[in-house]
Amino acid sequence: MFDSLSDKLGAVLGDLRGRGRLDDEAISGAMREVRLALLEADVNLEVVRGFVERVRERALGAEVLKSLTPGQQVVKIVHDELTDLMGSESAGLKRTGFSVILLAGLQGSGKTTTAGKLARALKAEGRTVALIPADLQRPAAIDQLEQLGASIDVPVYRTDTKDPVRAATEGRERAKADGCDTVIVDTAGRLQIDEELMGELVRVRDAVRPTDIVLVLDAMLGQEAVNVAKAFQERVDFDGVILTKLDGDARGGAALSVRSITGKPIFYASTGEKLDALEVFHPDRMASRILGMGDVLTLIERAEQAASEDEQAQMEERLRKGQFTFDDFLSAQRMLRRMGPLQGILKMLPGVGSQLADADIDENKMKRVEAMVLSMTPRERSMPHTIDGKRRQRIARGSGVSVQDVNQLLEGRKVMEKMMKQVGKGKMPSLPGMPKMPGGGMPGMPGMPPQQTVAPRSTAPGAAGRKHGKKKSGRR
Amino acid sequence: MARSWAELLGDDETAEAREEERRGFFGRLRESLSKSRRALGDQLAAVAFDPGDSESWERLEEALLMADVGVPATVELIRRLEARADLSDFNEALAEEIAGLMGEPPVLNVHHSPAVILVVGVNGTGKTTTIGKLARKLHEHGRKVTLGAGDTFRAAAEEQLEIWAERANATFVGGERGADPAAIAYDAIQAGGDVILIDTAGRLHTQTNLMDELAKVRRVIAGKLEGAPHETILVVDSTTGQNGLQQARLFSQAAPITGIALTKLDGSAKGGIAVAISHELGIPVKLVGVGEGIDDLRPFDADDFARALVSS
Repeated sequence: MFDSLSDKLGAVLGDLRGRGRLDDEAISGAMREVRLALLEADVNLEVVRGFVERVRERALGAEVLKSLTPGQQVVKIVHDELTDLMGSESAGLKRTGFSVILLAGLQGSGKTTTAGKLARALKAEGRTVALIPADLQRPAAIDQLEQLGASIDVPVYRTDTKDPVRAATEGRERAKADGCDTVIVDTAGRLQIDEELMGELVRVRDAVRPTDIVLVLDAMLGQEAVNVAKAFQERVDFDGVILTKLDGDARGGAALSVRSITGKPIFYASTGEKLDALEVFHPDRMASRILGMGDVLTLIERAEQAASEDEQAQMEERLRKGQFTFDDFLSAQRMLRRMGPLQGILKMLPGVGSQLADADIDENKMKRVEAMVLSMTPRERSMPHTIDGKRRQRIARGSGVSVQDVNQLLEGRKVMEKMMKQVGKGKMPSLPGMPKMPGGGMPGMPGMPPQQTVAPRSTAPGAAGRKHGKKKSGRR
Repeated sequence: MARSWAELLGDDETAEAREEERRGFFGRLRESLSKSRRALGDQLAAVAFDPGDSESWERLEEALLMADVGVPATVELIRRLEARADLSDFNEALAEEIAGLMGEPPVLNVHHSPAVILVVGVNGTGKTTTIGKLARKLHEHGRKVTLGAGDTFRAAAEEQLEIWAERANATFVGGERGADPAAIAYDAIQAGGDVILIDTAGRLHTQTNLMDELAKVRRVIAGKLEGAPHETILVVDSTTGQNGLQQARLFSQAAPITGIALTKLDGSAKGGIAVAISHELGIPVKLVGVGEGIDDLRPFDADDFARALVSS
């Protein structure tokens, strides 16, 4: 799919890169494409104008023209400006003695689900959290919050009233009396132009005195994002944003715009349906992702969460030995599954973004490869060299593939093992066909996306191990 | 002029009732769209459009982009307008071209009995609400409606639909939370009725496993009743940006989309993404949501939509 922001910028800047020298015309052409790409990505038109102007000025400046590689200089400028626009560091909620977090946003932006996710995240930090439903508009909104609360073992304080201000204040008082130190107030979704409901939100705000007002914002919003953010800022003001539905192919245009126009930071990004899919938002990583430079840091963090400590230790052991049996393959593949949909993972790999169109096929290939491995005996899995012609035929029959497919899988494992040996020796593996992923860059491997994704991930155990330790000490 | 429900459903109706309905709709849509602080027309009307002035064209381009019409459809609209000899009534010309991009007046295919309508979309676009209101309208127009609560994922989705079923006098078919939505679709068709509306859980179009699940729901429906589903409606939020195109594309791969329901058009968002979807994918908009009331789901009328978009 040639239409994601990173692809387009990649194509435009790739053009510049090929030239070696930048002239006025080349820059104008590139800036036009940057402008279109940003608009396609739903970045607000006014933000786009300023952005393109800044990039152009710097691109025409001496630093680029004198450079031997002006194209790469422009890439750097675009990246710098994007990072700038997103804000330079992660920002978070205030953690005070008694925290009141008020969630506001349009209908359907995902407030109630976000309330559940936030409650779970704060509870994991050791806070005593309560949820308070003040959304009395939508049928069954309170039921939804109660079910969410029950599933994460967080109390929900509901008050039987038609008055959201009363529901919010009574819930807050009861939660406080019960010893909770953090309450999350879920409010009704509203249109920013609905004066009556905005007025009600202001009254709820004044009554519960929130320590943080959070605007919940759909990452798929179009040009409207800016109007929404401005209206909420003017009427109720807010301290930060939680960006939802970022696990789609939303390109982050809304995030860019809102950040740029209101100056408010993005606290978290919601990246999945499950209640644990709430991540701290990293502006610099987002800028890299928009530019298709990959998001290896997030990938490593996910791998770390997906693998138990035992598994991480095992992986390290294997790496040292330079072994890669089919047992390892199976556990690696299962770990990969736990990390979420393959597409999302692939997107984080540098240089892979533009190949995503093929990723659907890969899920099927992965299943086929798994079927082949499952058709092997445990002995075959741990000692792949014992698989002779007869056994290959049996495996092919057992998994419904051709013998050639089995041969390819066996060959692929050897390549993989070689790579593991290199990693084990502390070298970065050379990845044949890595940029061509995931169409099957590895020589003829039917299901090699798992292997190839294993490669960058297999550097994780070391990195993950270190990070793990750090995280633990940080928590105390 | 505005289309009536009878026209959308392909029913006969008295001229009087039709007029009544039309006036109500036109007024409401106009009212809601004019609420937007900077309607497209405002921007254009500020300075009279001058075909010989490149700034006028640039302003037009920006106004369309700001309405989420998107680059390709904007380029096409401008190309068509440039090709016109007479631009003396500019707003009229623009409205005509926008309506032209959006195709022929659509009909909701409910003339089989039972007719099955599958409703899909990403999270939070208003699927369940749209189904509830549609059920009510179909009921008012003499159809016996069955609602299948295929959203077995979101907490309390079933309760929400059940409330709507009561309001619309519809038969309600539900299942356990986490149940197989395909089984619920099957049961809903089994339960019978003139029109069977099947809700599905909101899902992002990039979630392969959930899109597979949707394809399965569709397969089960098709297997249970030949020719079904007769309509597969994608619910799109008016505030959606260009990602709406991706939604329409990828949902169509799992379950070919026959129409769009454009919701929340009563905000200040102009719903320009609908123009992009119609233009680039040829999928017609069939329904629009212009408010929270039960009567605020309406048959889509391209002419009115375009006019409301450009007039202030």
